[in-house]
Amino acid sequence: MSQMITTTLTVNGKSHTVSALPDTPLLWVLREQLKLTGTKYGCGVGQCGACTVHIDGKPNYACLNPIKDMGGRRVTTIEGLAPNSSHPLQKAWLAEQVPQCGYCQSGQIMRAAALLRENRSPSRQEIVDYMQSNICRCGTYYRIVRAIERAAKEAA
Amino acid sequence: MMNQGKREKGKGKRVEPTRDPRPTTHDPIHEQRATSNEQRATPSLGRRRFMLGAAGLTFGVALGVPDAMRQAVAQAAGAKGVVVSPWVTLYADGTVAIMSPAAEMGQGSLTSLPIILADEMDADWSKVRIVPAPPRGKLYGNPAFGGEQYTAGSATVRGYFNSLRQFGAQVRYVLVENAANRWGVPVAELETQPGVVIHQKTGRQLTYGEIAAFARIPAQAPEIEVDPVSKAQFRLVGRDVPRVDVAGKVNGTAQYSIDVQVPGMIYGTILREPVEGAAPERIDDGAARAIEGVIRVVPLQFGVGVLADTPWAAFKAKNALKVAWSRKARGWGFSSEKGYEQFAAVGRDLGRKGVAWETKGDAAAALAKAATVVEGEYRADYAYHAQMEPLNSVAAVSPAGDSVEIWVGTQSQTITVTAVAKALGITEDKVKFNGLLLGGGFGRRGNRDVEFIVDSVLMSKAAGRPVKVMWTREDDVHNGRFRPLYVNRIRAGLDASGRVVAWHHRVVSDEVLAFMDPVRYKTAKGRDNVAMRGTEMPTYAIADQLSEGLQQATGMRTNPLRAIGVGQNSFANEVFIDELAAKQGVDPVEFRLRMLANTPLGQRARHVIEEAARMAEWKRKRPERGLGIAYLDYSGTQLAGVAEISVSRSTGAIKVHHFWCVIDCGVAVQPDNVIAQTESSIVYGLGLALTERITIADGSVQQSNFFDYQVPRMADLPEVHIKLIPTRNHPTGAGQMATPLVPSAISNAVFQLTGARLRQQPMLPDRVKLALEQGGQRFA
Repeated sequence: MSQMITTTLTVNGKSHTVSALPDTPLLWVLREQLKLTGTKYGCGVGQCGACTVHIDGKPNYACLNPIKDMGGRRVTTIEGLAPNSSHPLQKAWLAEQVPQCGYCQSGQIMRAAALLRENRSPSRQEIVDYMQSNICRCGTYYRIVRAIERAAKEAA
Repeated sequence: MMNQGKREKGKGKRVEPTRDPRPTTHDPIHEQRATSNEQRATPSLGRRRFMLGAAGLTFGVALGVPDAMRQAVAQAAGAKGVVVSPWVTLYADGTVAIMSPAAEMGQGSLTSLPIILADEMDADWSKVRIVPAPPRGKLYGNPAFGGEQYTAGSATVRGYFNSLRQFGAQVRYVLVENAANRWGVPVAELETQPGVVIHQKTGRQLTYGEIAAFARIPAQAPEIEVDPVSKAQFRLVGRDVPRVDVAGKVNGTAQYSIDVQVPGMIYGTILREPVEGAAPERIDDGAARAIEGVIRVVPLQFGVGVLADTPWAAFKAKNALKVAWSRKARGWGFSSEKGYEQFAAVGRDLGRKGVAWETKGDAAAALAKAATVVEGEYRADYAYHAQMEPLNSVAAVSPAGDSVEIWVGTQSQTITVTAVAKALGITEDKVKFNGLLLGGGFGRRGNRDVEFIVDSVLMSKAAGRPVKVMWTREDDVHNGRFRPLYVNRIRAGLDASGRVVAWHHRVVSDEVLAFMDPVRYKTAKGRDNVAMRGTEMPTYAIADQLSEGLQQATGMRTNPLRAIGVGQNSFANEVFIDELAAKQGVDPVEFRLRMLANTPLGQRARHVIEEAARMAEWKRKRPERGLGIAYLDYSGTQLAGVAEISVSRSTGAIKVHHFWCVIDCGVAVQPDNVIAQTESSIVYGLGLALTERITIADGSVQQSNFFDYQVPRMADLPEVHIKLIPTRNHPTGAGQMATPLVPSAISNAVFQLTGARLRQQPMLPDRVKLALEQGGQRFA
């Protein structure tokens, strides 16, 4: 008998019905089934934040959420953050030339977007505290902070 | 096509900076840049004229474009165009396709190399399209690496700079000559502005695109001399031309090999031997095969592979495998503790001669004559690259096994093609290469056997269909190829006045070059550059120096890691120098300045040290804080760093509050990117200095993931203050240069605050507490 389950979830505003082993992390469904590869695999254990997406509007690790819990949930990935890369954070990321290898940056931007939704003008300390979950091995942290401050300022 | 901001009309010799000034922490750079810009504003009519046949930097290699090559280049460039050289294809609409030969792993060379060529060609940057060069070492190899396309060592701009300038000048000459022929005027009467050839006398103009339509391309490349770097008037070099790879990295469209999907593709995982050279003896795969979606278990020489319909099934099955390994491999039984014990014994035993790396004068004789001889020992643990993208690759081997297409992120296109061909027993022309962006490299992806790429090739061959093999983060750690374990022993000879007159540096470590690149090792005659770099001290005026390598065959997996041997060897040098200064009661900055040679390089060294001290207000005492300095000549790039730290008495934890860094890397092709790479190097050095440690027990790696291999996060960072001093010298690299400064400066700062010496990386809290108990007299 098949171990697979079928689940329907909303990703970037579109409804998708997928089949997978019940404990399959959302991450692999997004990447390999829905071909939304902007969300990255970094550690698989909620340590690095590269897979950060929004689930029902809250930042969350796609690597830690099994597909069996995703029925009816609303997921936003980097691809669905804003049309044509128009989110203030994306513009600020370009202005500050943040990315180096770029691999962690989808997760960083998704995390930062959640921060700005919760707190429109975060202090530097609030930014650091909030972004602590996300690793950037290239060390672009300085520019991430500046980009978040820039986006917050421009949105104000 | 890229839109890189507005340009001046008319004279049009300058490119306006396209970005806002950096925030205040970087102000000093802007002072510096303002100076440079004024210099560049001086009109130079001769700049865009040619010097032919003169002695000097003439272009030595004939680079005509044979038909086969023209086709290959045109194919790579992707549309019908006029192939002017293997590097440049022109299109009627003015588009200029420029090949970029290096791997892009965040360091920016995808953009910086074409900038160098475009500048000399006088291309209109808004019309430049960058094309990753195919793997053809003879055409696109880095002269600094014997013609391999190998991106490492911060050697990309350094290695390609002269050639790319000449290739650009050649293309420009060919275009000007075509215009001259059409107009029936001498070449010498023509000049160019970006993308346009101009005949001032008659006011005629032809765009490069217009010339492309009728251009005759000579079979033999013209000999061109470019202005020496001290006099060159750059239009693009030295400007902050935005990197072309950045836009895709803010919206999820940037493609890494892990993102690749090809029709019919399945997924592979491999449980690799815990110790290099061990083999699976018994495989219990019952539980693995019971997982739905698992297609097949594939025994390999070095491990056990799983093929599955989904990544998750493949990962689960790998975890469910039970494998007994052969105990024949050399590394079994080895541990970090044993390594330290063995290496330290080798270091102390002066009867054991190593392979000479740097020899200046006669260090043994000078030590014998010295008034005083001082010794020091320094250590470093294994360290892991931790690039954010776990290693992976995609391969599609043909059903007959006689050809393959690969999708990879590699630091060497040419080495990869060779290794893949070898793995399948086919010729290199049967390997179709697709290079993707690298989610970090740091030296992990350039080893001669590129095992993480051969993995997918072997699995695809077994499957008879395309396979994506992904390593989990745990695989990436367990199968890691690390910066080696080090014990450095230094003996310095001082004369009666306390001046350093002799230096003997013995480096005991695991072998690196022999393991990561046996091909280069053969020609290196036992000289392990990866382990040994950084022992040499070209700017300190010590007449008699010897550094010798005593690399040990431990069976551990090793690789270059950002800053290679410099990361530990300069730590040993710079902390030891600090100890010598302290013994004599001389200020550490003053002590270093006294040691500098009175040479042009020595003067540049003096400049960065003095500037770093000035920025840090070196003489200003801070309560409960210590300051430490480190200096480094890295491949000619001059750097100085100052750390301001505090130490917790109760936990031994070091907090770095500020880091000042001054860098002179010669010409800075993209100044803001040099700053970005320096920020990056500092953060990387911070982790290596304070927290990052791999330990080995019974030959096996004991760490697994980011919870037990801790890399810097945002809250760990000091404020950085970076000053770039661009000078009119050949560019000498910037991608990793600041990394080694960080541990040295921190250790020296802890001494200044506490009186305790930290002689081992990483400076873990327990080690700090121990050192404080033993020597922290100033920190009671």
